Amino acid sequence: MTRSELIAELAAARPHLPMREVERIVQVIFAEISNALMRGDRVELRGFGAFTIKKRDARTGRNPRTGETVSVDEKVVPFFKAGKELRERVNHANGSAD
Amino acid sequence: MSTVTRATLAEQIYDQVGLSRHESADILEDILERMARTLEAGDSLKISGFGTFSVRQKGQRTGRNPKTGVEVPILPRSVLVFRPSQLLRAHVNGQAAEAGEAEGDEA
Repeated sequence: MTRSELIAELAAARPHLPMREVERIVQVIFAEISNALMRGDRVELRGFGAFTIKKRDARTGRNPRTGETVSVDEKVVPFFKAGKELRERVNHANGSAD
Repeated sequence: MSTVTRATLAEQIYDQVGLSRHESADILEDILERMARTLEAGDSLKISGFGTFSVRQKGQRTGRNPKTGVEVPILPRSVLVFRPSQLLRAHVNGQAAEAGEAEGDEA
């Protein structure tokens, strides 16, 4: 499923909302999650999962094609950890309690 | 560091889109449930400008109880992985404009 398919499904389920408004809602949600991570905040959605950032130290890397060394600055990367309920739902087919 | 929750997101919808507080919370829950259902079905979920959630199959492997050293089989399972888009990666490092303005098809 893509973002636009999600928007189309939602719009179909809520005919009283104009498509533009549904698009805006989806945009607001993901923008707020992105902005929270940029501020260094944690986003915790119980049952679904949590978005956090992880720090990566500066390191010396290599261009895999040329073998040249390059310095990679310290950075943060977004990270998502699925919540218990979602993790179990995704794994349901294997029948094992997680 | 503060924590953003469902309440924060619903408040943003209320503020920025102008739905009632009740419908803001309701549609947020609806969105999360549709996302969860997609992943539960084993499908991936691609949110352009944000990232891709996908389900990865892990095979059986042998693990060990770290305390006792006893070998235990770890059964095959499906796990959820999230791959942030280049845009989100740049944004969290303060390298991009407001994420909300990104509407490209890159995910």
